[in-house]
Amino acid sequence: MSDVVVIKEIRDEAYDTKTFIFDWDAEVRPGQFIMIWIPGTDEIPMSVSGISDHTKSITVKAIGDATKRLHEYKVGDRLSIRGPFGNGFDLRDKDILIIGGGVGTAAVMPAVVQTGADMIIAARSDRDLIMLDTARKHASNLWIATDDGSAGFHGNAVQLMREKLKEKSYRYIVACGPEVMLYFTYKACEELGQDCQLSLERYMKCGAGVCGCCVMDDMRICKDGPIFTRDQISKLTEFGVSKRDASGSVIRFR
Amino acid sequence: MVSLKTEVGSIVLEKPGMIASGIMDETGKSLVRVLESGAGAVVTKSIGLTPNPGHDNPCFMEVRGGYVNAMGLPNPGIEQFKEEMDVAVSKGKVIGSIYGAGPDDFSKLAAKMEDYGACAIELNLSCPHAKGYGMEVGTDPVMVGSIVSAVKSSVSIPVWAKLTPNTHILTKIGQAVQDAGGDAIVAINTLKAMVISPEFARPIMSNKFCGLSGEAVKPVGVRAIYDLRTALDIPLVGVGGISDWRDAAEYIMAGASAFQIGSAVGTKGLDVFQQVNDGLSSFMEEYGYSSISSMVGAAHE
Repeated sequence: MSDVVVIKEIRDEAYDTKTFIFDWDAEVRPGQFIMIWIPGTDEIPMSVSGISDHTKSITVKAIGDATKRLHEYKVGDRLSIRGPFGNGFDLRDKDILIIGGGVGTAAVMPAVVQTGADMIIAARSDRDLIMLDTARKHASNLWIATDDGSAGFHGNAVQLMREKLKEKSYRYIVACGPEVMLYFTYKACEELGQDCQLSLERYMKCGAGVCGCCVMDDMRICKDGPIFTRDQISKLTEFGVSKRDASGSVIRFR
Repeated sequence: MVSLKTEVGSIVLEKPGMIASGIMDETGKSLVRVLESGAGAVVTKSIGLTPNPGHDNPCFMEVRGGYVNAMGLPNPGIEQFKEEMDVAVSKGKVIGSIYGAGPDDFSKLAAKMEDYGACAIELNLSCPHAKGYGMEVGTDPVMVGSIVSAVKSSVSIPVWAKLTPNTHILTKIGQAVQDAGGDAIVAINTLKAMVISPEFARPIMSNKFCGLSGEAVKPVGVRAIYDLRTALDIPLVGVGGISDWRDAAEYIMAGASAFQIGSAVGTKGLDVFQQVNDGLSSFMEEYGYSSISSMVGAAHE
């Protein structure tokens, strides 16, 4: 079933990133995603970036045809959505460090709002940082990292995480970002004996666990994930190594 | 103690349920996961000669009573699919589903699948949303007959034909399969369908047309198997909307020796195989059926 919702507010997050807020009373857990249909263009998975009883939001970086088209949408325009899909984060333990890298910050923000946990936001430079206001309002501590040093810590998310873990221990790391960031987050967690929950991504068609197109090894990102624990990730031979295109052909990262 | 063991011609299955083509079967490792979940065999995604990305999104959505999809036969092509088969065939019975535009395509693909270790071939003569393939070649009895005989002469493993319900001459097509030496018939594929968004005043699927699967199609599938059993002698495999043991029992009593499950993997998860197996066993115990074969076609008597 699909729901048609009306955009009631659009917020500029950065030069290439916008948040679209709409009324939708579906029950959504932090870390879940929806499929958004942009008529005439595509249907794409999007993490839910804001959750309240009656409104939800998505935060979109204009990088492909569908996301560029979505950026042309105005308040009052309609979106067709399916979902929510996926398992979501396990947030029963509040003693967590949450990391958002680039637009992946959007996927972890509901977890920050729900738990008030410590947070790292990382991006290429200060102009790529998003959702800082929400993070400042809800995170117990907010630390920034930029690759070029234009704001906060000069370095990447994983380097800053390692620094913070020297000062304080956490039950879990919760993270979403580019796969290269998540891969090194996982490697660092493995080395440090640190548990984590990472939000992974693959090309998706059905979103509902049926077609099997988004699998990594035998795990469906859309249904078994998108959130996986360190133990689960240790069994995924494709993580950080390869992905599959729309035909199911293997594409190696390097 | 009842046995769930069954036979589709020369293929012996320890459990009567298989995963239907197109469901969680794009990679070797997910095929293995399905085998470990209580399926007696797995059917691969339909594989063609070259890589095919399928139709653009949207190509799937939930509807009342099931799903519609217009995946458009996405697959990495027969050459690359060897890797996936290598992973799966050592772990259980794998049926290679293939699609093509005519007898030559099907023969080449079937020979490769046999080389890769498939225990049987399933001919996709029934996909309702791929131009030039599937039901477009599978609703002409002459074409079906020539595809089945060509494939029969290029492989030594059993050849199953998966047929579409989108025709008024299903039993004639079934007869063509049987006459050409086909070893079994699998029925049904999805019902050709369409979903329109009133808000956007257009079909939702990028391909416009799609196929309906899930609980809503079960009575259509059961009728198809009943008709085929009445007309033919070769074994039948029932598929369409099975999500619990009662559904499976209906197909078996209509005349199917085994069955396939697809959409219910989305609604119930992979546990559906174990649930159906357990439910069937209890039913058979209570009603005095010692084997699947003793139930096959019971509704005809």
